[in-house]
Amino acid sequence: MSERTVRVVVAKPGLDGHDRGAKIVARALRDAGFEVIYTGLHQTPEQVVATAIQEDADAIGLSVLSGAHMYLFKRVLELLKDKGADDIAVFGGGIIPPEDVAALKGIGVKELFTPGTSTQDIVRFVRGNIRAAV
Amino acid sequence: MTGERPMSGRERWEQETYRAFVEKSAERPARFESLSGIPLKPLYAPEDLEGWSYERDAGYPGEFPFTRGVYPSMYRGRLWTMRMFAGFGRPEDTNRRFKYLLEQGQTGLSTAFDMPALMGYDADHPRARGEVGKEGVSISTLDDFERLFDGIPLGDVTTSMTINCTASVALAMYLAIADQQGVGWDRVGGTVQNDMLKEFIAQKEWICPPEPAMRIVVDMIEFAAKLVPRFNPVSISGYHIREAGSTGVQELAFTLADGLAYVEAAVARGLHVDSFAPRLSFFFDVHNDFFEEIAKLRAARRMWARFMNERFGAKKAESMRLRTHTQTAGVSATAQQPLNNVARIALQAMAAVLGGAQSLHTNSYDETWALPTEEAVTVALRTQQIIAEETGVPLTIDPLGGSYYLEKLTGEVEARAMDYIRRIDAMGGMIRAIDQGFPQKEIADAAYRYQLMDDRGEKVTVGVNAYAMRDTTPINFLKIDETVELEQIERVGRFKAARDPAKVERRLKQVADACRTAQNVMPVLIDAVKDYVSLGEISDVYRQVFGLYREPIIF
Repeated sequence: MSERTVRVVVAKPGLDGHDRGAKIVARALRDAGFEVIYTGLHQTPEQVVATAIQEDADAIGLSVLSGAHMYLFKRVLELLKDKGADDIAVFGGGIIPPEDVAALKGIGVKELFTPGTSTQDIVRFVRGNIRAAV
Repeated sequence: MTGERPMSGRERWEQETYRAFVEKSAERPARFESLSGIPLKPLYAPEDLEGWSYERDAGYPGEFPFTRGVYPSMYRGRLWTMRMFAGFGRPEDTNRRFKYLLEQGQTGLSTAFDMPALMGYDADHPRARGEVGKEGVSISTLDDFERLFDGIPLGDVTTSMTINCTASVALAMYLAIADQQGVGWDRVGGTVQNDMLKEFIAQKEWICPPEPAMRIVVDMIEFAAKLVPRFNPVSISGYHIREAGSTGVQELAFTLADGLAYVEAAVARGLHVDSFAPRLSFFFDVHNDFFEEIAKLRAARRMWARFMNERFGAKKAESMRLRTHTQTAGVSATAQQPLNNVARIALQAMAAVLGGAQSLHTNSYDETWALPTEEAVTVALRTQQIIAEETGVPLTIDPLGGSYYLEKLTGEVEARAMDYIRRIDAMGGMIRAIDQGFPQKEIADAAYRYQLMDDRGEKVTVGVNAYAMRDTTPINFLKIDETVELEQIERVGRFKAARDPAKVERRLKQVADACRTAQNVMPVLIDAVKDYVSLGEISDVYRQVFGLYREPIIF
């Protein structure tokens, strides 16, 4: 059985409009051959999770630069669990201090990319760690 | 026919000396082009300024076309305003930072609001969860503004407020505080950013679609022109366009195109251009490419002066003067080896001063991690004071004017920006261009190209893709206490509960009526906020009357 293409939802949860990073990552993943759905801005965690389930996504990449990462990542993970969709991997990036990176990884965020990350590192991560659900 | 022309001195040098040398000893494998992609010659000489006229294109400070500066004496008369952007946590936390900065010699205030305030939600709204007081100060009702400006005399300091789709509410609250302090509106000076077009293009904080958003902006321009004459009702901003990933040329072009759209809209309202144009101010980014940034600021002044004069028939010199705030490029700061940012910021600040800025915010070295600590902000402010007091740079006007390279580059930047403006004009102006996603797409493409150059190491970022170190000195950074959110929610709830609901209803109906008719919204907003009607409640009226904006998805 041939494996289908990995599908990633790139999302901007919360009120912050800084979308340069999210758009660059979305485009880099698309150029690397993944299927990418970009949610656009100002998404609630509920909207992000609903999109991921509806699109049958294998992973959600969250971009948060507003300092609200502890709340938003946790909420997305909770909602995925509530909907029985916690097979969808969650990774992300943004302005996230080291101790918060550790805390978020502790609750199940697969990887976090902070400023200065090459898009190739993110592509490598998705290629190496995200599998398409069959 | 060029063969018949005698060789110029530069051509002779290029052939006889330069080429011969470079053939033997190759140049570095660097990209010899500006950050906007303008190819750079090895040398600029008098012949590069063929067709350039000193009188027409440079001129004199304080005179049309203002290339060399908007004021006759520039920094010999008055230094630029050192205006550090500050805002976090509770209003009293920011009030304390304001007072600290004033004590340290800062000369104007600049307020950062949190995301809920910027998007039109009170602290107690579910959409505000996790964001209260994080990226700026939390504001819901006039009670918050009272605490924010406690002990700060609004007749003596000017305040800049970085707020856009809810700027009308912020201005209303600021004027309400002026009334409480007994300061006449004619003495109130400051700026609200209020540049909605660049929100749709770049910063992406909005409530309603471009047309009604524009109408509120014009209400504010009209209101300020008549009643708050020292207030800048809009700060036409390239900063966010640049931070979203544009080039310097795109920043210049889109910012001026936004400015043209505001002027057109205000003129269409029936205002005379000279009645409001003197109070339009600008805000540009100052990025890494030292000379291109200086050229950008000089080109901006020349282009704006000509537009105002030629397109709109402005007569007053003040209407043609592009006054600008500047800020060092947040996007250029690195999380790695953060102390290196001190050097970047100093060089960018120097470019802003050589570019003739009227005010400057220097970023803090720790801002890729969090909002700045007091120590980091102090270093940033001291950087400006060192340029002002120690370097001698402000002692003569436009010291780089007349440089072959800089004058040529100013012309190149202008020509490329004009190409964009002509394309936007052909689309029917900036609102139409935004509807088509044109500036958004141009910026996304430029941001991606820049990232790829960085990934491939074609563009060196010191400490990141070159000269990297495994461990760097850890720095302290500011953490916003999680209790701030809970306290603000509780306090807003208490204030709302203590109001007379019938009065609140009446005020909100007045706001809605003004929105539905051609009545200027500002007077009813001021009455409403004085009765503690909240920012979120007024924004709800905007949402109901004008509808919500949905962005085209472009990446």
